[in-house]
Amino acid sequence: MAAGVATWLPFARAAAVGWLPLAKKTMPKPPVDNSSRSDEILYLNVSGVRFQTWKNTLDRYPDTLLGSSEKEFFFNEDTEEYFFDRDHEMFRHILNFYRTGKLHYPRHECIQAFDEELAFYGIVPEIIGDCCMEEYRDRKKENQERLAEDTEANEVMDAPLPPDSTPRERLWRAFENPHTSTMALVFYYVTGFFIAVSVIANVVETVPCRPPEGRVKDLPCGEKYQLAFFCMDTACVLIFTFEYLMRLFAAPSRCKFMRSVMSVIDVVAIMPYYIGLVMPENEDVSGAFVTLRVFRVFRIFKFSRHSQGLRILGYTLKSCASELGFLLFSLTMAIIIFATVMFYAEKGTKGSTFTSIPASFWYTIVTMTTLGYGDMVPNTIAGKIFGSICSLSGVLVIALPVPVIVSNFSRIYHQNQRADKRRAQQKVRLARIRMAKKGTTNAFLQYKEDRALGDRDSDSTALCVKNRSAFEHQHHHLLHCLEKTTNHEFTDELTYSELCMTESVGFRTSRSTSLSSQQGAQNNPTGCCPRRARRRAAMRLANSTASVSRGSVQELDTLHVKTTSIPPQTRSSLNAQADDLKLNCGEQDFTAAIISIPTPPANTPDESLPPSPAPIPGILRNTRATAYTHETVKISSL
Amino acid sequence: RNKADDDLEMTMVCHRPEGLDQLEAQTNFSKRELQVLYRGFKNECPSGVVNEDTFKQIYSQFFPHGDASTYAHYLFNAFDTGHTGSIKFEDFVTALSILLRGSVTEKLQWTFNLYDINRDGYINKEEMTDIVRAIYDMMGKYTYPVLKTDAPKQHVDAFFQKMDKNKDGVVTLDEFLLSCQEDENIMRSLQLFENVI
Repeated sequence: MAAGVATWLPFARAAAVGWLPLAKKTMPKPPVDNSSRSDEILYLNVSGVRFQTWKNTLDRYPDTLLGSSEKEFFFNEDTEEYFFDRDHEMFRHILNFYRTGKLHYPRHECIQAFDEELAFYGIVPEIIGDCCMEEYRDRKKENQERLAEDTEANEVMDAPLPPDSTPRERLWRAFENPHTSTMALVFYYVTGFFIAVSVIANVVETVPCRPPEGRVKDLPCGEKYQLAFFCMDTACVLIFTFEYLMRLFAAPSRCKFMRSVMSVIDVVAIMPYYIGLVMPENEDVSGAFVTLRVFRVFRIFKFSRHSQGLRILGYTLKSCASELGFLLFSLTMAIIIFATVMFYAEKGTKGSTFTSIPASFWYTIVTMTTLGYGDMVPNTIAGKIFGSICSLSGVLVIALPVPVIVSNFSRIYHQNQRADKRRAQQKVRLARIRMAKKGTTNAFLQYKEDRALGDRDSDSTALCVKNRSAFEHQHHHLLHCLEKTTNHEFTDELTYSELCMTESVGFRTSRSTSLSSQQGAQNNPTGCCPRRARRRAAMRLANSTASVSRGSVQELDTLHVKTTSIPPQTRSSLNAQADDLKLNCGEQDFTAAIISIPTPPANTPDESLPPSPAPIPGILRNTRATAYTHETVKISSL
Repeated sequence: RNKADDDLEMTMVCHRPEGLDQLEAQTNFSKRELQVLYRGFKNECPSGVVNEDTFKQIYSQFFPHGDASTYAHYLFNAFDTGHTGSIKFEDFVTALSILLRGSVTEKLQWTFNLYDINRDGYINKEEMTDIVRAIYDMMGKYTYPVLKTDAPKQHVDAFFQKMDKNKDGVVTLDEFLLSCQEDENIMRSLQLFENVI
C-alpha cells in the first residue's frame, strides 16, 4: 500500500463506527498501539549534510533500513543523530521517496552507484516511479550487457587452457580461438588462403582463354587447363574436408555443431566435388551436376569465420528478420496488386508484352525498385498512369523498413567496436594498475627485510617502523602470522621464477626461500602452475584429510596471488585479488602476498577474473573448515 | 459535474483551513493531533480538498478484496455535511472528532446520518438495504461461508426487527438511539475506536 494510504488509515478505522449498529457480533479488540504517538523530528546526518524529517515519514516504509529498527545501528548518541557515511546527493532522492512515495532515478548518476545505494537502504528498485522507470531499465540493461561482454571476452580470450583437457578440447579451442596458439593461427591463415584460392579458381575457370591450336572458338579456361583446375579444386576440397572433419571431431556437442550454420556451409561447399566424383559421365545427370557446381560459390561464406564484419552483417539480418519479413510481405502485396492492374490495363493492346499476370510481375518489380529496364513498357494511357503510381509507391514501400535495418546494424556494429576497443584498452589499464600495485605489495617484503635487519640492529628498525602507518603494521603482522602458520614464506617474482625454472616437476624443498614447487606429478603433469591444477588440488585438499604435511602442498598458491591493494586508506584496501595469470614458468609478473577478502563485485578492480582459490589451500591445511568457494577466504582486514 | 471541471477546479482551488486555534476549539483534538492530521491530509491532497473520486480511491485501497466504492460514496456524503461535493480539512476533522472523541449520542447520530441517505430524518428499508449491500460488497466474492444473494435482505430484516419499535416501516432517530443504547454489544463496540489517533 502506498505511503499516503497509511495516513488515511485512522480515518478508515474511524469510519468503521458506521458499521457498528449493523454488526451481528461484537467487534474484536483493537490492537494496542504502544509507540509514542507524538511525532518527533529525526536528524539524519549523511556525510555531513544534515537532513531532518518526521519520524512518521520514515515509518511509512517499515521494511526499509530507515523505516525499521535497523537505523538504530547508525545512531550516534553523542550528537543524537543518525549518521550515514554515504553519498548525500543520492540520499536526497531516497528521502524524497519517503516523503512523496515515489522514487525517482537521477539521470546523471551512475546506475551501479544508484543500485548500491538502494540496496544499502533496503529499497527495492521496482518501485521507481513510471516517470523514471524506463530510463532506469534501459541503463541497467546496457550496463549488464557491457559487463556480460566483458566477462565473456575475458573468459574466452584470456582463459588459459586447463591442463588436463583432452586433445579434443584443445583442438576445439584452437579452432574457435585461433589466437591462442601459433599452430591454430597458421591453420587459420592457411584455410583462409585456400578459400580465396578456391573462389578465385571458380571465377577464373569460366573466363575465356585463347583456344589451343586447331580450334577457333574461345574456350573457357576451365576446359583448357582442365587438369590444373581439377588439381587445385581437389587440393582445396581436401583441406576443407580435413578441416570439417577435425571440427566435427573436436566439437563438444556434435549434433549441435552439425546443425550450426557454419557447418552447413562447410558441407555445402565440399559436397559438389564428391558428388561429381561419384556421378557417372552421362548426359542426363551432368546437367544436374552443373547446377551443383554453383554451390561451390558458397565457399565464399566460409570467410565469415575470418571476418567479423561479415558475421555482424549476418547477425544484423537475423535480428532484423521481422522488418525484412514485413518488407517482403508488403512488397509482395504491392507487386500482385500492380501486376494485376497493369495486366488488365494493357490487355487490349496488340503486341503487348504483358502477356499474363505473372509476366507483369517482372514489370512491377523492375518499376517499384526504380530499375526501369525498359523491356516491358505500358502503352495505354491507363497503363501509364498506373505505372507511374506503381513506381511512386515502390519508393515508399522500400524506404520504410530500411531505416530500421540500418539502425539495427549500426547499433550492433558499434557495440562490437566498443567491445573491441574496450578489450584493447583493458590490457593497457590492467598493466598500469598492476604496476601501481606492485609498489604497495612489495611493502610486505620490505617489512620482512627490515625485521630481519631489525633483529640485528634495532636502530634501523625504528627508522623503518616510523615510515609505516599503524594499519600497515598490523597488516604486515598478519601476513607474518600467516607465514608462520603455513610455514612458508612470501617471496618475490624473481626468486620464484628462478626456482621455477630450475625445477620442472618434482619434489624439492628449499628451506631458504621455502618455495618448494610441490605441485608435483600428482596434480599437474603438464606444467608449472596452472590455475586449474591449483584449484583441483585445493579441492582435493579440502576433501581429503590433508595433514599438515610440508610435502605435497600447493603453497605455490601463496605466490601466485597478488594483493590488489589500493592504498590502504580506502575501504577496500585489502581486496587482494588472486589474479590467475597463466603461469608458464617465469613468465608473468606476479607478486606475493595474498590476502583475499570477500568483496562485493562492485569494489573490485577490473582484474576481476574469478578470485583465485589460491589462499585456501594454505589455510585449509590448518583449519580444514573453510568450504571451498571463490570468495570465502577470510582473513579479515583487522 | 464532469471530471474535467473537477480537475480544473482542483488545480485552481487551494483551500486553506481556518486557523489551528479555531479548529482546536471546534473539535475535540489537541493542537498536536490536528497538526499530525493536517500534515497527512495535505500530503495526500495538496490542494486542500478531497473530491469524491479520490475519496473512493483512498477508501478502496483498504478493501482490496471487494468493491468499496458504493460505501465510500455514502461515507463521502456523510463527511461532506455542506454538500459541496468535496471534503475540506474542516469537514474531515469535524467528522473524525465526532467518531473518535465524541459522545455516544453524537456517534450514533452520525451513524444515523450515514444511513439516512436522503436526509429526510427516516431510515426506510430501501436505504438500509442499499447501505447493507454496499457493506457486503466490500467483502468481495471469496468469503466463508459463501455469500448468499439474500444475505443483505436478511440482515436488513433483522435490523428492522430490532430497531423499528413501532413497526411503521421506518426508523426514526429516537428509535435508533433507543435501540442502540439497549444493545450492549453496540455500546461496547463504540468504545473500541477511541484510540485510533
